[in-house]
Amino acid sequence: MTIAAISTAVGEAGIGIVRMSGSKSLEIANKIFKGAVIESLDDKSSRKMVYGHIIDGENKIVDEVLIAYMKGPHTYTREDIVEIYCHGGIIPVRKVLDLTLNNGARLSEPGEFTKRAFLNGRLDLSQAEAVMDIIHAKTEKSHETSMDQLEGKLSKKIRELRDEILNILARVEASIDYPGEDSIEDVAYKEIIERGSNLRAEILKLIQTSTRGTILRDGLNTIILGKPNVGKSSLLNAILRENRAIVTDVPGTTRDVIEEFVNIDGIPLKLVDTAGIRDTDDLVEKIGVDRAKDLVDKSDLIIAVFDVSKELDNEDKQIIELIKNKKAIIIINKIDLERKFEEKFITEDLSDKIIIESSMVNEVGIEEIEESIKEMFYSGNLELDSGIVINNIRHKNQLEKAKKNIDDVIEAAEMNVPIDCIEVDLKNCWENLGEISGDTIGEDILDKIFSEFCLGK
Amino acid sequence: MSEVKRYIAGEYDVVVVGAGHAGAEAGLAPARMGLKTLILTMSLDSVVAMSCNPNIGGTGKGHLVREIDALGGEMAINIDKTFIQSRMLNTSKGPAVHSLRVQADKVEYHTEMKKVLENQENLRLIQGEATDIVIEDGKVVGVETRTGAFYKAKAVVVCTGTYLNGKTYMGEVEQSSGPDGRAPSLLLTSALEEKGFDFRRMKTGTPARLHKDTIDFSKMEIQPGDDEIIPFSFINSGKTYDMEQVPCYLTYTTEESHEIIRQSIIRSPKYAGEIHGAGARYCPSIEDKVMTFTDRNKHQIFIEPEGLGTKEMYIQGASSTLPEEVQLELYKHIIGLENAEFMRSAYGIEYDTIDPTLLYRSLEHRTINNLFFAGQINGTSGYEEAAAQGLIAGINSAQNILGREPFILDRSEAYIGVLIDDIVTKGVDEPYRIMTSRAEYRLTLRQDNADLRLTKKGFEIGLASKERYEKALEKEKLVTEELERLRNIKINPTKEINKIMLSLGSTELNTSITLDKIIRRPELNYDKVEILDETRKPLLREIRLQVETQIKYEGYIKKQMEQIEQFKKLENRKLDINMDYSKVKNLRIEAVEKLSKIRPESVGQASRVSGVSPADINMLLLHLEQERRRGENSVE
Repeated sequence: MTIAAISTAVGEAGIGIVRMSGSKSLEIANKIFKGAVIESLDDKSSRKMVYGHIIDGENKIVDEVLIAYMKGPHTYTREDIVEIYCHGGIIPVRKVLDLTLNNGARLSEPGEFTKRAFLNGRLDLSQAEAVMDIIHAKTEKSHETSMDQLEGKLSKKIRELRDEILNILARVEASIDYPGEDSIEDVAYKEIIERGSNLRAEILKLIQTSTRGTILRDGLNTIILGKPNVGKSSLLNAILRENRAIVTDVPGTTRDVIEEFVNIDGIPLKLVDTAGIRDTDDLVEKIGVDRAKDLVDKSDLIIAVFDVSKELDNEDKQIIELIKNKKAIIIINKIDLERKFEEKFITEDLSDKIIIESSMVNEVGIEEIEESIKEMFYSGNLELDSGIVINNIRHKNQLEKAKKNIDDVIEAAEMNVPIDCIEVDLKNCWENLGEISGDTIGEDILDKIFSEFCLGK
Repeated sequence: MSEVKRYIAGEYDVVVVGAGHAGAEAGLAPARMGLKTLILTMSLDSVVAMSCNPNIGGTGKGHLVREIDALGGEMAINIDKTFIQSRMLNTSKGPAVHSLRVQADKVEYHTEMKKVLENQENLRLIQGEATDIVIEDGKVVGVETRTGAFYKAKAVVVCTGTYLNGKTYMGEVEQSSGPDGRAPSLLLTSALEEKGFDFRRMKTGTPARLHKDTIDFSKMEIQPGDDEIIPFSFINSGKTYDMEQVPCYLTYTTEESHEIIRQSIIRSPKYAGEIHGAGARYCPSIEDKVMTFTDRNKHQIFIEPEGLGTKEMYIQGASSTLPEEVQLELYKHIIGLENAEFMRSAYGIEYDTIDPTLLYRSLEHRTINNLFFAGQINGTSGYEEAAAQGLIAGINSAQNILGREPFILDRSEAYIGVLIDDIVTKGVDEPYRIMTSRAEYRLTLRQDNADLRLTKKGFEIGLASKERYEKALEKEKLVTEELERLRNIKINPTKEINKIMLSLGSTELNTSITLDKIIRRPELNYDKVEILDETRKPLLREIRLQVETQIKYEGYIKKQMEQIEQFKKLENRKLDINMDYSKVKNLRIEAVEKLSKIRPESVGQASRVSGVSPADINMLLLHLEQERRRGENSVE
């Protein structure tokens, strides 16, 4: 089966690439491509850039493209590959993809190109998950976490937990297999409950880091809110100027939202911006209260900007209402101007929030904003530098399963369920953890790993 | 001495070498499956000799006996005829690990089994020492004895126990001998070595036997049998046993006895480096216990009767290879044995075994067709382990001759499957003993449901009798019906009912609930809720327990079934036994070597080979997937 996918990030860019892999790649390409110099592609044109047009079923030109056919097996997937370099932007890329699909290709599953590369023997499995995470990593911190995993910090922790389970199991087994032996005491339920609870706490701690793991990989979802002309774009630009912007990206079909990735001392920030921020449009007005609420709900952090030189109005109040119970930093901007804003509304309604006074034009307060973001991120009981962070959904799922099983162990022990039954859950927990460290073999482990690979990578 | 002249003494389908616990089952199985079978034994007087402990069963072992019985083997029926005390162990724990263990009358056990062998249709029992197994073109053709008799055979099962080059140790006394002073088998090893077989030494031992009248039982704790006797064989279920049971006794060693051992340890052949065979860690001699666990000032000793017709008492926990005079002194310092007199001394025995990884799970040799091995020669210990292997080897010798698929039980089906998979996959470094902890799925592999698990299979291959099969079907039917009945009885939370609930030590009902859910409450059981159950009919204890277990542990059993499903997935990924592992990319060298040696039949089995890591298995899975794709692409 030949697969196809858009291989570049979907967004406003100079070019976008549609890639196919499989034995029918060439055949499909020739159905939708009309060369300007060479009519169609063949083995002779393998590994050459060919200029021409993509045409639809009615012979209409869809896009002007460069196309490259790479004959297998010396390709990424070891299969025949065709890459089509279209104009960037969502419309031409989507249209070209649709044409490949209409002509016999199948949309690639997440990670299927890499999976094929792997299954066809081009890539090693060795710690593939961590390798994939490095490819994914958008920031240095996240990169470090993946490196930690490669080096086995997580595995080491998991093995410690497994050893403890094994110790309990060994005691249980000995008391079962040697009844009446005076040198072997029966394992007391109290001991199982105690040791089980400790295990549970450790597992829980790992699970809790996973939220942050996702943040490390995908960026802290941050939204900048404020009515027109309060200084949102100045703030954004100031942050972007001082920090490295990573990618510019328009995901999916929501063209009214732009995401900017910045990195503040290792903390990845995905600044969710609206097109409106760049002009004078108001976020709430433009996209509607519901959508704004939705964005706010999905965010990890809100930066709400107020203009101190204007009186508080209804729009400001709407914003205050929206962010009341959220993690938010309040920016009182334009302190270089005369104050007309009654701060008490903010200090009353948002008393638990960090409030920073700033003047974007004079570059006052920007550092303080960044410090606050860092502080909010690093606060709590999470120790970022020494701790292990779970940043892989498969690992998290296994930990959740392990926790469920250890919960069952404790509950059963409290109810005096026979020890050989309790052991079933204890062993399951041991196996769950083993699937993280790779000490347990699950038949479908390959599928599990590769289903996480990003689309078309 | 002139050369022995060879003559053709007979022609059989199956010849079994040895009539111990493995040999008896290995001979009975093919005979019952309709094949002409011969058992050769060094001595007719040592048929199923219990050369060591006088009991059958125990944790794990009891499960094996039940499974042998469910398939149509003899061990359970024979011990039901000859036991003198019966106990169910581990009753304080869950149903999965309840284990039946009984004391045997050794002489009676031998006599009764010999009768069975003598009277079995298609089976001959002949005294004779096998000195060669004749192989032609990679196929077994017969067995030769010391007297020149050549028995033609289509299949041979070798069950030589501890007889091959047997050597006994007692202090400085070393003797070429089989167990209990019987003659060893000295020619078979070298005959097989000439054919390229490798042998390894293993060691086991047995304690002294003391005269009953010289033991002071008043200083010991008495261990009587259970009030309610549960027979081993499913055939006998429901039968009542009205008999007087013989007690065992528990006593302890003393500091003085430990001091005697320490003083004389240098005279132990093991510590002097004379014994090279591997002994079992789980069955240590008394000197090993004292030298290893220095912080313990006493060790348990059990005194067990050897039968009704003898005064010999077995001293469990005190096996030794120390010199006889040290043994005499040492036993005197065990509480209650101060004046005890010896009838037999303790000794260690060393013998030849093969590497069981040379066998398939059918117990057939990998390179020699129709040659099977079972019992202690495979590096196991214990009567029950031997019998289980004998049964499977016997069945498969018949399956081969009848042109059928090998009969294989996997780890999720039986303890027998666990035992055989363990030894042929991982090999043995010390005498192997079954334990419940070796079974991953023991909640489903209970001793109470062995018939439900296996009798159908035994019947289908023509081993388990029709009577047995119908009995198992009847049990299954009764259990299913009773479960169904209980699931349909609604109990409403009336005042009256809740009064009963409280009187049963339970809590009140809030909503109406079915009776099976009430039985599931930890504080209740099937028998206790009788008062709530108006339509209950009398059922055998066996059925009641089965119903109760299936209700009470339903959740756990379900979880175990899920585990088994996962397990089966890997077991069903078959491997070509001729696979070239050096062609599997990224497989570690150690894994290539081990897999090339063991030649597993499935990915599941490969994952259990020692030295093969989960990462190796991933590489193997990947290789299989690549191969599959290659095949697919070539079709495209």
